[in-house]
Amino acid sequence: MSRYARHHLFWPLAVLVLLLVLNLFFANNFFRITVIDGHLYGSIIDIARRAAPLILVGVGMTLVIATGGIDLSVGSVMAVSGALACLMIGDLSDQNSLVGVLGAIAVALLLCLGLGVWNGFLVSVIGIQPIVATLILMVAGRGLAQLITGGQILNVQSSPYRQIGAGYFLAIPVSVIIAVLVALALTQLVRRTALGLLLEAVGGSPAASRLAGIQARGLTWLVYVIAAVCAGVAGLIYSSNVNSADSNAAGNLIELDAILAVVIGGTALTGGRFSLGGTVLGAVLIETLNVTIVSVGIPPEANLLFKAVVVVVLCLAQSQAFRERVLTRRTTRRKAKEAVA
Amino acid sequence: MTSGTNSTVDLEAPEPGTGASTIGRNPWQPNRQHIPVLATLTLLAFMYGLGVVNYEGFGDIQVVLNVFVDNAFLLVVAVGMTFVILTGGIDLSVGAVVALTTTLGATLLNAGWPAYVVLPLLLLLGTTLGVSMGAVIHYFKVEPFIATLAGMFLARGIALLINRNSIPIDNDFWVSVAQQRVRFDKGVFISSSVIVALAVVLVAALVLAWTRFGRVVYAIGGNADSALLMGLPVARTRIAVYGISGFCASLGGVLYSFYTLSGYSLHANGLELDAIAAVVIGGVLLAGGSGYLFGTVLGVLVLGLIQTIITFEGTLSSWWTRIVVGVLLFAFIVLQRVVTGKRAVRRTD
Repeated sequence: MSRYARHHLFWPLAVLVLLLVLNLFFANNFFRITVIDGHLYGSIIDIARRAAPLILVGVGMTLVIATGGIDLSVGSVMAVSGALACLMIGDLSDQNSLVGVLGAIAVALLLCLGLGVWNGFLVSVIGIQPIVATLILMVAGRGLAQLITGGQILNVQSSPYRQIGAGYFLAIPVSVIIAVLVALALTQLVRRTALGLLLEAVGGSPAASRLAGIQARGLTWLVYVIAAVCAGVAGLIYSSNVNSADSNAAGNLIELDAILAVVIGGTALTGGRFSLGGTVLGAVLIETLNVTIVSVGIPPEANLLFKAVVVVVLCLAQSQAFRERVLTRRTTRRKAKEAVA
Repeated sequence: MTSGTNSTVDLEAPEPGTGASTIGRNPWQPNRQHIPVLATLTLLAFMYGLGVVNYEGFGDIQVVLNVFVDNAFLLVVAVGMTFVILTGGIDLSVGAVVALTTTLGATLLNAGWPAYVVLPLLLLLGTTLGVSMGAVIHYFKVEPFIATLAGMFLARGIALLINRNSIPIDNDFWVSVAQQRVRFDKGVFISSSVIVALAVVLVAALVLAWTRFGRVVYAIGGNADSALLMGLPVARTRIAVYGISGFCASLGGVLYSFYTLSGYSLHANGLELDAIAAVVIGGVLLAGGSGYLFGTVLGVLVLGLIQTIITFEGTLSSWWTRIVVGVLLFAFIVLQRVVTGKRAVRRTD
């Protein structure tokens, strides 16, 4: 038991199970999954659909945090990506043309790639603190998105574009498939190749890794690009889901939720050790919490309050200093007993 | 490399004692520490000049005073943020604390509580929240980012729980203070909030510059471990700094409720970023240990003046504010990077 309790995903999993059990009692048919028109419906599916953008942003954020950085600009990048895609689709003569929609998506993602290159450039080449470097794009990015949409909410009526956020493939929501595929691909990339190890080395000590012959600068640059593209995809899902580009609402405060998901997943904010699976679990936990609060009958206003409690509890549970200070007496006594015996 | 820093030994220089020229720096060359602040000051003067030349009526004294009137609450919040950032921390909860203060204040006042009870209560609440976050950050070694994020969720959550609608304030004291004007001349005035804000700035500047506490704040930002080894009261100071930030945030909330005469749980959304931006534009190093409160004041004025120019321009849309602030942030960070040299690199690593 104690061996499992020490695993970094033990506490998040325990909280997730607790939330699900709560739902079992309070929500009707929480675990029932029905098939309507060949699409899966149910609370669980709903949680997965809502978690998809957060998973995407979260896995990108995890890689950034693994190198000891942080990316505050992901929410703004989401807004920019949705804004550009909707603008281009709105300009199409036929909004349902698949080629046009794919082109718009490609251009939007390319712009996000550019934004990632910008962030990475500031951090790895100019050497600005990540939190400050990405703060620039966080502030300016939303302005950029509003500039693209002309300050309006751009509505689009495009059935191919609609597929990204609200469509189904083999009865499974497309957004969930995208999120899972991206998460899987990144996991394979960092664990089957040496990339994950190198990222952890850079996060542990950029100077030492550079002396060991690791291209710390290039790797740091790379993670910001990956994070921005992931955020771009999340932005497409969001704007496709609501059929419009809303520069103010898209990705608002998602950077904080994403960081929260990463921390819940056991990745240390100081860098050097990361878990993509943990982040996915963290994102699902956050969305489950949102759903549970509603189903238990607590007013949705209390949502933030519960999030605060979860942050505090999980951070304290993961804090070495907290365990030492608060739980020390018990362990020393036990050790003393063991020594006597 | 100039001989601006004490540790640099100029190899070309004569032996120590033979010439005083290498010891004192060129009096016409500004101290490197002051360059960011001087740059902000120059920018401010340039922006003001641009406004005066381009827009009719921009030169009125009242235009400048209005920048203070409209940003008094931001000034107070930014002062608290400066303390936190000088120690190398960050406080994301300030916007939410402002919202909580206005919501709770409006609710209590409407419930008939007297103003002289509500006001201290609000300030005490903000300070307590700040001190608790500081304690968690220091004793449990939780990242300031995460701890204050939790504080942000908590404060905004409580505010939403109290009331999710905007609440008007019609308390006599509140209304009379809000409408109080200090008039200098016909049509030239400042609000009482400006006086409060300037008083806060003055006290904070004196504390930072002249007291032992202020020196410990800088020392922690420079290197917390060294400060601890030097026997400085790191724990007390670090917790106090978050307490000050919480106090300033709740005071900022009170000023905000004077400004809008309402309490609303969504007030001051994103204010923490404005405060951080003001601090950075003012030349305070986000890594901690370097910067001046005067810079923060200039940073707030720069943000306010951008708003004013965009209002005067009329055709410029509000999103240009964000873009201009972003560009300015970039310019100042690069400037800091150039001025502070290698130090920033070591910190990011």
